[in-house]
Amino acid sequence: MDVSECNEASSFGGAAGLGEIKQAHTRHKGCGTFGGRDKASCGSQARQGDLPQAIWEKVKNHPCYSEEAHHHYARMHVAVAPACNIQCNYCNRKYDCANESRPGVVSEKLTPEQAAKKVLAVASTIPQMTVLGIAGPGDPLANPEKTFKTFELVAKAAPDIKLCLSTNGLALPDHVDTIARLNVDHVTITINMIDPEIGAKIYPWIFYGHRRYTGVKAAKMLINRQLQGLEMLAEREILCKINSVMIPGINDQHLVDVNKAVKSRGAFLHNIMPLISAPQHGTVFGLNGQRGPAVQELKALQDACEGEMNMMRHCRQCRADAVGLLGEDRGAEFTTEKIMAMDVKYDLETRKAYQAKVEEERVAKVAAKQQKLADLAGETSDINLLVAVATKGSGLINEHFGHAKEFQVYELSTSGAKFVGHRRADPYCQGGYAEEGSLATIIRAIDDCHAVFVAKIGGCPKSELIKAGIEPLDQYAHEFIEKSAIAWFKRYLDKVQSGEIQHVERGNAAIRQGALISAA
Amino acid sequence: MPFKIIASQCTGCSACELECPNVAISEKGGTFVIEPKKCTECIGHFDEPQCVAVCPVDNTCVLDPSLPRYQARA
Repeated sequence: MDVSECNEASSFGGAAGLGEIKQAHTRHKGCGTFGGRDKASCGSQARQGDLPQAIWEKVKNHPCYSEEAHHHYARMHVAVAPACNIQCNYCNRKYDCANESRPGVVSEKLTPEQAAKKVLAVASTIPQMTVLGIAGPGDPLANPEKTFKTFELVAKAAPDIKLCLSTNGLALPDHVDTIARLNVDHVTITINMIDPEIGAKIYPWIFYGHRRYTGVKAAKMLINRQLQGLEMLAEREILCKINSVMIPGINDQHLVDVNKAVKSRGAFLHNIMPLISAPQHGTVFGLNGQRGPAVQELKALQDACEGEMNMMRHCRQCRADAVGLLGEDRGAEFTTEKIMAMDVKYDLETRKAYQAKVEEERVAKVAAKQQKLADLAGETSDINLLVAVATKGSGLINEHFGHAKEFQVYELSTSGAKFVGHRRADPYCQGGYAEEGSLATIIRAIDDCHAVFVAKIGGCPKSELIKAGIEPLDQYAHEFIEKSAIAWFKRYLDKVQSGEIQHVERGNAAIRQGALISAA
Repeated sequence: MPFKIIASQCTGCSACELECPNVAISEKGGTFVIEPKKCTECIGHFDEPQCVAVCPVDNTCVLDPSLPRYQARA
């Protein structure tokens, strides 16, 4: 089918081609960010909620598809797919930096054989690595041979690892059967618009059927292929996440319509990410001064879209060769040179044993949270506030303020603690010395928070935080995040009620752009 | 015989290699090169030169002015 013949992407009810789009064959309940006591959580064994067992099995240890899992399980991307078939105004393939965390960026390309070896090396070193994704640095399905060869090799050598891919969707309908045959059970499609007029402002061109198409025509073809691919995946019960880049003034309001369109076609999870557009990246948007969204704008849009389908808010917009927990990147430990020198022994039993321990930890964490939630039962306050947390993973407050490369943000209300995002930061303390400039940047990044939970903090940053109106808290060091946050919030409410303190709203915060200053 | 790749602009993405109907493109030191003898400007294959159409950096796959056009040879 020549997709250029398809009907208007913005009016799907119509006649030919994709006009016959079926609605809602697989209406999954999402798994993004549940946290309240009356909503089902899919974040832990103890809280499978109302997810069907088959879907639960797919998401329970996938860090991208389950917010709760991302505290415990790691993923890796292998950069076997450099070619791309579309051009996006937020992407520049030329720019590469080892400290840059952003899609489309890699340090080295791999052959499928090198990639398979890397997967085994990482799986042996990081037993909680459960997911292999192929996300580029171009488009996996513009490099189908390398992508599928890699999946075949990994499935044979390490059958317990989940396979995942992330595509722009243009070539997706041609490959859905192969995806299903190879048991790739998670597919992400980046969909930034369903209106081709908007699409023309995001995509200068696409390459399809041996031709380059531009403008509205290109955008129309792209969205038709994306939605067709989404439906084909949903029919085969392959879990599908939609990524959308929020570009203020171009598609920000429109993403509510995108959300409805993908939800009705069976998408499982929607991930709205902020545009990254630093001028030094050399992207069209970076160079023409297109701004990214502020924290509040992003959250308001995510909140507006959060309904039956859940919103992913824990995406770190990672590199196409990222390794580790979502908030960390251990890629430098697994360069091709180092992997080739490694003596890799893939031991499934050790991995299983380690993961069983992780599950115990998760169950304990949820139980602790549930217990604390009971303390909030009688509260009726409508106070709703944010707190920041320095963590290295496992759902614990276990990172020093000065070493944190990011802060996780939780929204607290009488219904509990809910993960709502994260803020990148340059570590305040580098090589034992404090960086004064970076303290101001960190404060700007968490300036909408009332408190910051840390394992440890020095006297100087402590007093600067207090001056800025953010309460530094180290008394919950090495305890569970949600349990501690709820306990602190309960005390906060008590103090407000007794008149000891007055509740004040906090301001906005800035989204950190560009490469990390330290590679540490 | 005429297209060439300007190495300083090549991202090394390999998209052209996958599309070339003449298998004229290969990697050399991280970027890609076109073997002039094999290049037909895609004449007889497609409406537009595939390397030009798929390259993510404009003006990177260009006609090599030092060589005669493919048709001129016929």
